[in-house]
Amino acid sequence: MDERRFQQIVDGDGRIEPRDEMPDGYRKTLIRQIAQHAHSEIIGMQPEGNWITRAPSLRRKAILVAKVQDEAGHGLYLYGAAETLGADRDELLDMLHSGRQKYSTIFNYPTVSWADVAAIGWLVDGAAIMNQVPLTRCSSGPYARAMIRVCKEESFHQRQGFEAMTVLANGSPAQRRMAQDALDRWWWPSLRMFGPSDDNSPNSAQSMAWGIKRFSNDELRQRFVDATVPQAEHLGLTVPDPDLRLDAATGHHVFGEIDWTEFFEVMKGNGPCNRQRLERRVTAHEEGAWVREAAAAYASKQAAREVAA
Amino acid sequence: MSSAQPLWEVFVRSKRGLSHTHAGSLHAPDAHMALRNARDLFTRRQEGVSIWVVRATDVVASSPDEKDAFFDPSGDKPYRHPTFYDVPDSVTHL
Ligand SMILES: [Fe+2]
Ligand SMILES: [Fe+2]
Repeated sequence: MDERRFQQIVDGDGRIEPRDEMPDGYRKTLIRQIAQHAHSEIIGMQPEGNWITRAPSLRRKAILVAKVQDEAGHGLYLYGAAETLGADRDELLDMLHSGRQKYSTIFNYPTVSWADVAAIGWLVDGAAIMNQVPLTRCSSGPYARAMIRVCKEESFHQRQGFEAMTVLANGSPAQRRMAQDALDRWWWPSLRMFGPSDDNSPNSAQSMAWGIKRFSNDELRQRFVDATVPQAEHLGLTVPDPDLRLDAATGHHVFGEIDWTEFFEVMKGNGPCNRQRLERRVTAHEEGAWVREAAAAYASKQAAREVAA
Repeated sequence: MSSAQPLWEVFVRSKRGLSHTHAGSLHAPDAHMALRNARDLFTRRQEGVSIWVVRATDVVASSPDEKDAFFDPSGDKPYRHPTFYDVPDSVTHL
């Protein structure tokens, strides 16, 4: 293939479409990244889905159902994008179910209180937005288009979380404690969502050259901290980082050291909910098999009737 | 284990007066389910007033290999564009 032409398109901020020539590594990297992104969206339905039946009001329940449904949609946009590059849907699901492909470590933490749902919307969706907005301009046409749809929907996710957090932070002392406790538990895992530091992220340089990645993990993390710390102040909550301070000279927040040991442990499967998340996913898939089979049988019966008529 | 559900391409008319535009694709066992799934997937926020679904295998596409040769004939015909023609500044409504 003509690798120079490919690189020219990428360097000129053009888009690579599924049937264009592209380096094998580029296609493989994209399929893997898009698939793992899709897996994260659908596994991400679980921690929040846990609270649908116990949402504190009908309003909050309707909002939460809509959000979780959006996350299912995000997964489907992304699986669809991966398929345009030649991946097979069932194979991708199989990779998730057998643990050969990962999903974001953040979804292996439990949602023990209602405040966790608020914190997820505010922090986890907030971090996801920081990651996803640059992807709307990535070199892959199908991935960029999926990200545009996703980003249009994410802003509601973050706002509803912040609003729910605001209610708790301004509520009774017990509610304020719940809000602070959720921030304490979700803050550091959210910072780790951007991935290891740049000097510890072996594939970053290649992804940058391919126009898949536009900003480094550390840059995006810094943006998230700078955007989120004033929001926590507005809520009257304390970010659980004794080293956190605003550097007047740069205008950026300096923050404490991130515990990467925990990140890699959760990645390896040793987080609080890894097994539970995967088991739930596999069970849901298996228990839905008869529905898929029935639908397929009905479709082929109808098709046969049409031929006969 | 290959999917028993065929792939469908989805086209959405966002409002009356506009064309259907490709929105994405999805799997569904038949056309009826494809339409319902497309509604749930692509029009959760009133993004559409009409949906088409087409089996992906029924779409015929131009091949990227012949891209240059295929679209070449229109490349050397600038006279098909209004900007090709000189019009004096003093002449209006043209
Ligand atoms: Fe999402
Ligand atoms: Fe979200």
